[in-house]
Amino acid sequence: MIFIFHIFLHTHPSEEAKKKKKMEWIREGVDSIKSIQLRQTLSQAVNLGLILTSALIIWKGLICITGSESPVVVVLSESMEPGFQRGDILFLHMSKDPLRAGEIVVFNVDGRDIPIVHRVIKVHERQDTGEVYILTKGDNNPKDDRVLYAQGQRWVQRYHVMGRAVGFLPYVGWMTIIMTEKPIIKYIIIGALGLLVITSKD
Amino acid sequence: MHSFGYRANALLTFAVTILALMCAMASFSDNLSHPSPSSSVQVLNVNWFQKQPNGNDEVSLTLNISADLQSLFTWNTKQVFVFLAAEYETPKNSLNQISLWDGIIASKEHAKFWTHTSNKYRFIDQGSNLRGKEFNLTLHWHVMPKTGKMFADKLVMSGYHLPKEYR
Repeated sequence: MIFIFHIFLHTHPSEEAKKKKKMEWIREGVDSIKSIQLRQTLSQAVNLGLILTSALIIWKGLICITGSESPVVVVLSESMEPGFQRGDILFLHMSKDPLRAGEIVVFNVDGRDIPIVHRVIKVHERQDTGEVYILTKGDNNPKDDRVLYAQGQRWVQRYHVMGRAVGFLPYVGWMTIIMTEKPIIKYIIIGALGLLVITSKD
Repeated sequence: MHSFGYRANALLTFAVTILALMCAMASFSDNLSHPSPSSSVQVLNVNWFQKQPNGNDEVSLTLNISADLQSLFTWNTKQVFVFLAAEYETPKNSLNQISLWDGIIASKEHAKFWTHTSNKYRFIDQGSNLRGKEFNLTLHWHVMPKTGKMFADKLVMSGYHLPKEYR
């Protein structure tokens, strides 16, 4: 059948035959591009999506388990030295247990966007409501934190507190500090990673 | 499959995993030690005892604090933060904890100590409830590890009283 077809084409190139040949050629070309490049690009995109979403799942899962909106924080200041140095990371946990003196808490102050990680030195807990009024101080600071609180605020309360520090790893947080203080490095790393993903063979 | 990139990636992942495992094991080893600390505190003098203009009682004390916390130190201990808190109850507050003194013990050698000091932080009540008040002096310690889980404990010493009158 094909032999006859070829003979037909080569010996009688009619208008219809020419058109058919062109259509076939176009279809073949489109098919070949589709099959290789589209599949590869799609599978790369799915892989990337899988990596990103599993990272997100782990992060959100940690938020649920620890009960804290920010389960891992990086120490930014020297106010808790020599115990916590700049660049260390702290693992936070927020349980329903009452806040007590000596605990290291991470809390927000109205008007400040970076939370503070200091130790509780005074606690006053109300008989009737169980509400607690705490005063904090950094181990390495000469004075307590009242100067850091918002205008007119004399105590920190439970709703300010994001979590208690329960564990710690040294040095691991330096990457975050470098990327925050020199954002150009963040862009270089993201650019390099992006290039790696695109140019990798699988 | 054997390019430099793959090998570097595999090596880095393995190194980080092993490091994380070692940190976890170091932290776990802290659970195996059973510390037995001891302490005693005397209130040597009530320096003064006044009601502030804002209505809150304040008292100044001179204390003698002695403690032996050497058994708290393990090979994974970076420092021990120790503080003495006055703890008492009032009609308005079910619990008041006021840190009077704190210190950082950086090594086992310094963990057996005594100090003769007035209160480092002001002993101020929320209100005017301190006359004749019975209170506990609790020595708290927080162990900060070189890596891993932090843990804390305390020793309660009871039976201290504040004077019945201002002075």
